[in-house]
Amino acid sequence: MINILNALSLWILPCIIIYILIYALLKKTPAYEAFVDGANEGFKIAIKIIPYLIAIMVCTALFRASGAIDIIENLLKPVLDYFKIPIETTIIMLTRSLSGSATLGVLADIINQTGVNSYATKLAAVITGSSETTFYVASVYFGAVGIKKFRHALLAGILADIAGIVAAVYVCSIFFL
Amino acid sequence: MNYIFIFLIIISFVCAAINHRLDIAVDEMLAASQKAVEIAFGLIGIMGFWLGIVNIAKKSGLMDVLSRLIQKPLLLIFPDIKDNKEAQSNIALNISANALGLSNAATPFGIKAMENLQSQNKDKTKATNSMCTFLAMNTAGFQIVPAVVIAILSANGMENPTQIILPTLIVTSIAFISALFFVKVLERFYK
Repeated sequence: MINILNALSLWILPCIIIYILIYALLKKTPAYEAFVDGANEGFKIAIKIIPYLIAIMVCTALFRASGAIDIIENLLKPVLDYFKIPIETTIIMLTRSLSGSATLGVLADIINQTGVNSYATKLAAVITGSSETTFYVASVYFGAVGIKKFRHALLAGILADIAGIVAAVYVCSIFFL
Repeated sequence: MNYIFIFLIIISFVCAAINHRLDIAVDEMLAASQKAVEIAFGLIGIMGFWLGIVNIAKKSGLMDVLSRLIQKPLLLIFPDIKDNKEAQSNIALNISANALGLSNAATPFGIKAMENLQSQNKDKTKATNSMCTFLAMNTAGFQIVPAVVIAILSANGMENPTQIILPTLIVTSIAFISALFFVKVLERFYK
């Protein structure tokens, strides 16, 4: 079962790429030019996140090195152990809704700390990949058209984020434990 | 974020001083800033590759096909945009771009869609049901390929980073459906 699921994960990407390329071929799209244009965008994004990455990684590195995190770790440990949640991933659950760049920083930090093939990394990656930065999206979209009364939009977004985290813990325990 | 940043650094230094770990803390601080740049540089190649591939889909019109596919079910979620064709196509384009992991390309469509919804709104400072629904769908961030996350994993040397695609797809679907559920239930209680 797990093998089939892993194989499916492995095939999704090549299939999407081949489909996109064949479609472009049939439509006679200048695929090479389009690719180069798009790739240029990737360069800009990677450069743009450097300041955020530095800020977050320095913060968390300092916090860890200071020994302060040991205290929190001991307080939360029994609950987290019960659900088999690695302690390192608690920070990402808190930052996911607040800041997208911060979350990428925390993810990078978890990889740095626990190794790229650890369960903590996989859980954090799924949490990061499966959600958006609720507060950022709300401020951009409603801000753009001058909406001041958000009504139930934020609450619904946060509840969905929580549902996503619970689902991530459960799904990851099936796939990766 | 401003306060979190300031307090985290100050508290860390105070704690480090108490625990006699100031030397380790300073070393870690400098090493972390170095590491941050290394990670970002590692991202350039993979991000460039994926955004390049998706740009082909955009230019060839594949993204328009995708958005036409989801236009019909959209009316079930947004009953009041039946006559607002522009809102329909912008919402569809926004969701398609998000699904491909292109949040930067999705944002302009999303803002356009919000403007289309705003044109039907009586009270311009208060969000309509459709606006709230659209926002909640976006905050759930449904995507088929979590390109950035895969880029980070692979830049750090994970052997098979695509293994997270399927679990992520399952989780993002659950989050997306619960966003719709919560927003539809809550709209009855918020006037």
